[in-house]
Amino acid sequence: MADMKKDLVIIGGGPAGLSAAVSARKEGLEDILIIERDTRLGGILNQCIHNGFGLHTFKEELTGPEYASRYITMVKEEKIPYMLDTMVVDISYDEKTGSKTVTAMNSEDGLFRIEAKAVILAMGCRERPRGALNIPGFRPAGIYSAGTAQYYVNIEGKMPGRKVVILGSGDIGLIMARRMTYEGAKVLCVAELMPYSGGLKRNIVQCLDDFDIPLLLSHTVVDIKGKKRVEGVTIAEVDSNRKPIPGTEVFYECDTLLLSCGLIPENELTGRLGAGLNPVTGGAYVNESLETDVPGVYACGNVLHVHDLVDHVSGEAASAGKNAADFILGKNNTRYDGAAVKIRTESGVRYSVPSVVRPSLMPDTMTVRFRVGNEYRDKDLAVYLDGKQLMRLPKRVMAPGEMEQIVLVKSRMNRIMDPSDGAEHEMVIRIEDRQ
Amino acid sequence: MVDKRELICIRCPVGCHITAELEDGRVKSISGNSCPRGAEYAENEVTHPVRTVTSLVRLKGGEHPVVSVKTESDVPKEKMMDVVAALKGIELTAPVRIGDVAAEDIAGTGVRVIVTSDSAAV
Repeated sequence: MADMKKDLVIIGGGPAGLSAAVSARKEGLEDILIIERDTRLGGILNQCIHNGFGLHTFKEELTGPEYASRYITMVKEEKIPYMLDTMVVDISYDEKTGSKTVTAMNSEDGLFRIEAKAVILAMGCRERPRGALNIPGFRPAGIYSAGTAQYYVNIEGKMPGRKVVILGSGDIGLIMARRMTYEGAKVLCVAELMPYSGGLKRNIVQCLDDFDIPLLLSHTVVDIKGKKRVEGVTIAEVDSNRKPIPGTEVFYECDTLLLSCGLIPENELTGRLGAGLNPVTGGAYVNESLETDVPGVYACGNVLHVHDLVDHVSGEAASAGKNAADFILGKNNTRYDGAAVKIRTESGVRYSVPSVVRPSLMPDTMTVRFRVGNEYRDKDLAVYLDGKQLMRLPKRVMAPGEMEQIVLVKSRMNRIMDPSDGAEHEMVIRIEDRQ
Repeated sequence: MVDKRELICIRCPVGCHITAELEDGRVKSISGNSCPRGAEYAENEVTHPVRTVTSLVRLKGGEHPVVSVKTESDVPKEKMMDVVAALKGIELTAPVRIGDVAAEDIAGTGVRVIVTSDSAAV
């Protein structure tokens, strides 16, 4: 028995959830509820006090809290209800009725169930913890994920340490190198296992180069010294198989080790719901409507695939919000059985979002986003539909740390395929030598 | 004498690879940028580099003991650490709102510092 009925339940009140909510309301949907586990809306943006947000969405450069505030204001102006301090613990799907049940809990209402016509997954991602990194050594105090350190410094106003080594060159680690330096800490180096950085180039320039912090590519931490508190770490160079090279070990005396070794979409709920998950992204497989393979359940933002730019999260979430509203309001064809284009990625392209496109349901133009698995210079990005070249884009630089995108144009696709033939088609996205 | 400088633009996450050519210390050409902001960045970077500083100031009477701030416009790059040091001497009292002025002229740069988060009084 449900305690509450809602048309649309949005799980997560960060940038994705807020944008999805505003977009669904603009599409004409009244009955929306956002569920957020933190004490306030805005998600991780609240602790991202650096700038660089909003250039696409608002045409100006904002800090994280300012960007969040714009969307929070929109949600409040639209009078969209939200629950704070509330944790969703389960989502289930009834195949017979098509309804979804969201089970949530908080300290006031206890455990309760909400029956929803559609659900948007906007839970974001979390950091890869030390336990997943296989670093030998003791477990002393002074080891933090970069985002945890960011919370301590930027929200709590506390310093996690004074002499810092950072493992992993993800964006949060780079940003924290500068933050810790500003706050008086000495950042000795950033060690990156891979031969390329996991973060944005601009962050290497403005967070490391500006402060003469060395970036050690193809290096990793092989030992942590210290029993109660970190006393230092040993860093070694790694070979092309990412194995430490004996004899290259260097000891760095430090009291803090920050880890910025990747982000993992937070999809425990999605897995329990039974939606298919892509092992490459850790997020759900979605179609052109950002709908998972559970009808009426949509995904957007970092829970779908980890983004570099919040602006892209907002854009993606706005699509999910609109599509979910259309689904509820009966504006789109939910019993679709026509042609479908499966997107296959190969030769350096690791995945794509979406992974399937139903041409008759796609808008006139549609963005497909993906990441590459290595650094590529002066290559072409080639897209084929049913074996025929659909587009070819020369690329100066592509890198794993920077998400790539292509824009599909429906009319061009229709020149190659018949969108109403009911058949399955294949699109291939790959990296090729420059032509 | 022509001096060629390879830069990565930091004005937005696209991170354009920009080439700036200088002749006798003056900017002769800028290429590789995909917007006017990139040209401005490159010109500044090879003549007088500037940065926006984002940091914190102490907050009295709020939910948390700090609140985020930024310089309203860019400051000279070599003044970054002076700005950060000067921010440590500032304490605001909650409530504060985005856009509130935390300092009129930070570290002699002539640039204002403004609050970037809302914080209610508790």
